[in-house]
Amino acid sequence: MGEILSLPFMQRALIGGALVGFLASYYGVFIVQRGLSFLGSGLAHAAFGGIALGLLLQTEPLWVALPFTVIVAIGIAWVKYRTELSSDTAVGIFFSVSMALGIVFLFLRREYTADAFTYLFGSILAVTETDIWITLGMVIIVFATWPLWSRWAYTSFDRELAQTDRLPVIRDDYFLSVLVAVTIVVAIKVVGIVLIAAFLVIPAATARVLSRSFRMMTVVSVTIGVSSALIGLVVSYYINIPSGATIILIQSLLFFIAMLTKSSR
Amino acid sequence: MSNYAVQVESLTVTFDDHHPLDNLNLTIARNEFVAIVGPNGAGKSTFLKTLLGLIHPAKGRVRIFGSPPPKVPPKSIGYVPQVKTMDRSFPALSIELVLTGIRGRWPWRFPKNEYQKAFGAMERVGADHLAQRPLSKLSGGELQRVYLARSIVREPKLVMLDEPATGIDVVGEADLYRLLEAYQKDFGATIIMVTHDWHAATHHADKVLLLNNKQISFGPPGKALTEDNLRLAFGHIGHKHALKFLVNSSTRSQTNG
Repeated sequence: MGEILSLPFMQRALIGGALVGFLASYYGVFIVQRGLSFLGSGLAHAAFGGIALGLLLQTEPLWVALPFTVIVAIGIAWVKYRTELSSDTAVGIFFSVSMALGIVFLFLRREYTADAFTYLFGSILAVTETDIWITLGMVIIVFATWPLWSRWAYTSFDRELAQTDRLPVIRDDYFLSVLVAVTIVVAIKVVGIVLIAAFLVIPAATARVLSRSFRMMTVVSVTIGVSSALIGLVVSYYINIPSGATIILIQSLLFFIAMLTKSSR
Repeated sequence: MSNYAVQVESLTVTFDDHHPLDNLNLTIARNEFVAIVGPNGAGKSTFLKTLLGLIHPAKGRVRIFGSPPPKVPPKSIGYVPQVKTMDRSFPALSIELVLTGIRGRWPWRFPKNEYQKAFGAMERVGADHLAQRPLSKLSGGELQRVYLARSIVREPKLVMLDEPATGIDVVGEADLYRLLEAYQKDFGATIIMVTHDWHAATHHADKVLLLNNKQISFGPPGKALTEDNLRLAFGHIGHKHALKFLVNSSTRSQTNG
């Protein structure tokens, strides 16, 4: 164990993983409770479009993926409010467009695109100090916007009641979408595009099974998100398998244990 | 301060090319109990949501205690939504829902004074034993009591309820109306209730608004619920038997009253 902590890349991966685990599992409780699990998947694929554009432009892909994903997140919310389409349909449209753009951008690059696989499946070796500072910045935003927990929770419970209490539910929804989009982009290096949606959904779903209140669900989700990221990174290091997949498998194991424990009571 | 709880002038609400509410005109005095009745799709819930400021009128004017609905402080109004729309998968204790009535937010912590106030409201409606119970484990009647506690926890002067008796048994229904009447009396509050329950409308309300997108009638039950008005609101031949029952129950109530 001492050996793993002495390796600079593992130090970065553990800190980055814990921070990303915190962020994804915190926002995940709102995603799960609002029935928006598909949103995580849609935004992750939007990020793929942005990363492909970054690779085409030969610049840092995540810096392109960030505004790209945020615009898609706003676009999904906008389509939802402007039409009578469900969230899933709006996500489905942007999901497909972003993937199609990503494929076109990678094709236009006309070079070997090994880099793209790093982003698709995640790589702890790729986590830089800058990534950690950005992720830490996002965690600070969570604490700075702490009063929004009460508003998002209230809207998640009953949108109409929240509106009768004059909460700006639409503005809050847009803000939540943007923060989820940024979380997805900062999580890509640790978890990878393919699995990031699970990172948002599984800890929150496990917490829902175990919790009697939304406050408890939030605490349990964050605890699972952080601990599974740390355990998953250590396990993946020792048995030399992809970190993102290991984390998700540990989260899934916890989910089924929680479900079976709960249903056997 | 306005003498009226609610003033509605030439109110028209438009959804695309359809008018769920067309030219409504009425005033509701303070301390009145008003039932809103009409067939499905008559605009009853739309009317309530317009009073709450959730829907903006296409034409006309609405005033709640003399102010436009969006300017009315939330603490002045208690609202009980249709329970059937509640998300039962949301993890919440009953007391937390009542606390939202105080804060206008979902509670992270339970400060003692707020907890006591919320618990007091639950006691008032006979739901104090449900305080620590998850909402998902409550029956329809229990849930309705918790929502009622939430709506009165800030002691508002106006309480609006959307089909509060749906899904509760006869005893629970009688309890609900007893609690509403007690609250109306004790706090001088105005009660506005959407209902399909004619018995409740004729027996508990001071006035009835009979609605079918247009305002068919508004006044004391005996005057509002005449056979002609009921026929106008519900009236085609397919409702013949229902209409007969409604007219009879309305007439009975006038005789008893």
